[in-house]
Amino acid sequence: MKEHVSIWRWTLGGVLLTSALGLGLTGIMTSNVQADRSGYEHDDDDNKWTGSRWGGVEKNDLYQQECGDCHLAYPPQLLPPQSWEQVMDNLDNHYGDNAELELNDKKQIQNYLLNYAAGRYNYGSSNKFMSANMDRSGPPRITELRYFLKEHDEIPQRLVSTNKQVSSFSQCDACHKNAVAGDFDEDEVSIPGYGRWDD
Amino acid sequence: MKQTIMVITVALIFSAHLSAAPDAVELMMNEYQAQGASASSSEQGRKLWQTETNGRSCTNCHTDDPRAQGRHQKTGKAIEALAPSVNTKRLTKTKTIRKWLKRNCKWTFGQECTAQQKGDFLAWLRQQ
Repeated sequence: MKEHVSIWRWTLGGVLLTSALGLGLTGIMTSNVQADRSGYEHDDDDNKWTGSRWGGVEKNDLYQQECGDCHLAYPPQLLPPQSWEQVMDNLDNHYGDNAELELNDKKQIQNYLLNYAAGRYNYGSSNKFMSANMDRSGPPRITELRYFLKEHDEIPQRLVSTNKQVSSFSQCDACHKNAVAGDFDEDEVSIPGYGRWDD
Repeated sequence: MKQTIMVITVALIFSAHLSAAPDAVELMMNEYQAQGASASSSEQGRKLWQTETNGRSCTNCHTDDPRAQGRHQKTGKAIEALAPSVNTKRLTKTKTIRKWLKRNCKWTFGQECTAQQKGDFLAWLRQQ
């Protein structure tokens, strides 16, 4: 009788152990698949700059107001920190204009730009913009970054520089219809006088 | 009856408070006078608007008419009318007045405007 119970216990234990291992293995496999998928979605999102959080960066009212008065308030992750420092240290000659700020406003905006500058995250677009052309002289320009040039190399000059409705690659929002919301998705591009761009 | 008297009293106090507060232009004028400016002249202000220095003048971006919408020379961005008669937000904040007069005098004339010039200009613009 004692032996009978013992065999019964061993069988039950074995079944329980196998099912537990099985469940565990299934769990690991499922979570791997999910991790892969979320990784994939993440990469995709990085190229879209979508969502209310402006491509993962909190919008700053002071920055939007002070810089957005004259031009699109470029998302801070489009330039590396040292470039933003250069911009903020030369506001009296801001690409040929005077854009001087009160000291307190300047400090607040500079802090914001440096906190969210390119390279502050270890993934995605933020990092892509770090490959700036640091060897060239003059003020930093988003439009001369290698990543920017790669993304725009198929667009002929006549659609931008000599197109009066656009005039320069610096006017992101002339063609990127959701640029103000931080969305530079290619699907939203419409070039004035030309229409949708599809490459 | 008591309630009516209360409402009238509160309204009176509130309106007295409003009229007592000097507007942004008044505050700036006081500041300019403290810096040595004499009585402002809107006629001089009008002339300043048209003054051209090395091909630059206020009208480059703001057009001849301050009641019209302007355009940023470089970025092409629309600039809302400066005249308070068509844009009630104009000339309401001292901080904004200071900022733009500093920047734009430097860009247009190559140097900061004097207290007298700024007073003249505001005296003219507030009438537009």
